[in-house]
Amino acid sequence: MTTEPLAKPAVLVEGVGKTFDVGRGRSAGTVVALDDIQLSVATGEFVSLIGPSGCGKSTLLRLIADLDQPSVGDIRVFGKTARQARIDQDYGIAFQQAGLLPWRSVAANIELPLELHGIGREARQKRSAELLALVGLSDFADRFPDQLSGGMQQRVAIARSLAESPELLLMDEPFGALDEMTRERMQGELVRICGETGAAVVFVTHSIPEAVFLSDRVVVMSPRPGRIVGIVDVALGRTGDRDDDLREASTFFASVKAVREALHGIPAAAITGVETR
Amino acid sequence: MRGVSRRSTTTVIAPIAFGLLALVLWQVIVVGFDVKPYVLPSPLNIGGQFTRALGTIWSGTRVTGANALVGLLLGAVVGIVAAILSALVRVLDQLSIPVVTAASVVPIVALAPVLYTMFGAGAETARQLVAAIAVFVPVYVNTLRGLRQVRPVHRDLMRAYAATPWQLTRTVTLPGALPFVFTGLRIASSIAVISALIAEYFGGPVDGLASSITSAASYSNYTLAYAFVLGAILLGLVFYCVTLALEKLATRHRPTP
Repeated sequence: MTTEPLAKPAVLVEGVGKTFDVGRGRSAGTVVALDDIQLSVATGEFVSLIGPSGCGKSTLLRLIADLDQPSVGDIRVFGKTARQARIDQDYGIAFQQAGLLPWRSVAANIELPLELHGIGREARQKRSAELLALVGLSDFADRFPDQLSGGMQQRVAIARSLAESPELLLMDEPFGALDEMTRERMQGELVRICGETGAAVVFVTHSIPEAVFLSDRVVVMSPRPGRIVGIVDVALGRTGDRDDDLREASTFFASVKAVREALHGIPAAAITGVETR
Repeated sequence: MRGVSRRSTTTVIAPIAFGLLALVLWQVIVVGFDVKPYVLPSPLNIGGQFTRALGTIWSGTRVTGANALVGLLLGAVVGIVAAILSALVRVLDQLSIPVVTAASVVPIVALAPVLYTMFGAGAETARQLVAAIAVFVPVYVNTLRGLRQVRPVHRDLMRAYAATPWQLTRTVTLPGALPFVFTGLRIASSIAVISALIAEYFGGPVDGLASSITSAASYSNYTLAYAFVLGAILLGLVFYCVTLALEKLATRHRPTP
């Protein structure tokens, strides 16, 4: 028990490495997915992990969520072990697939974590109604996931991740499967929601503009082995105050450029074309 | 809408038309070639006999249907419970493989004479047990397959929620397996009726459809025997259609497995 819980960082990753055993017999070997990761995420801070496929960004998120265990190093979530934080339900999580249960209504899907943790029916219904209003789906409470578009399903998944008002949100490419227009609208909604809830976020993405638009800091990773090669501070003001106009601001492009330089390890001037995803 | 109506034309009207055509052809052949009833009665004669003997056929159908239903329910409950246990406890799964394999290759109805000796030839128990054992295999195999279909994202989610193994089973694994259970039940429903019918040929009380077929045939009343066969077909159809409807209901919010 701590006297000042807010003084603890939301996430503290120290010297973490993760190796996977692959193959069997003669071709057996190990793959280093993560090597010597150091990362601290303050309370209320929005941090994106970006990098090419295989850089271990999703693996790092899974380690923080205690869905996998690190081979070496230590992970603390609000000062507790990752395992304890998972058991105490200190974080909410959303994946690239919405992962809704198809046989449950939208409201029942959002109420799932509350139901599992013994919250009474009345309180559950009140909370799911609040969350549905937050993600703009109040009219869809009694629908089933197969009656919703991909973007709407993902909004339900985000509402579900917020069900227990977590101080930390872990998101693994939650907008990765959405079209560009839906994606930008969802990003706008996410910054608004984060502004309202004040939760810290660790957000995995492979889109540079997405990372810049959402984040206070962008953590740039490189593959084989997965390492942090740079951390870009995005000076665009508080996450909750951002809106679509920002996407055309020169400060936005400056940050996009900085992230791209860190990703490629070379000056942006040498790169032709702009990756707009 | 047009697509839907065209589909119903091909899926509903076409087989009905084909069936009617086959019946007409049958009638024409029997009348035209003067085929004797002990070789093959005409559909109109069978239909007439069916209406006249409706009371007898109905009581036979009730007996056989009840046996099939008891067997179906018993086999299904045991099959589902066994599949849940096998999914939860790995040792049970490995232990069950040879038993289930054995049960799936043994012609279950061959057990009927032994079971009549065990439970007495005056009781329906042997017939119900034959149906239950035959039903167990498809229900067990399909349910177990369904229980193994948990999507990785759901597994991760439930771990993130620190859900207990029982909570995972109750909220994700079992509902996810439900379509598979009903597919197993649909397959098992026909097997239940067939097993209950065939078990009657090996003995027991003379009250079901199959015993009635045997006795009608032994009195050279072939048209009546065919009328009982028609009753058996209708009974099998009812079992199949009800379980098919249940399967559709269970899979209405998701793609079929």
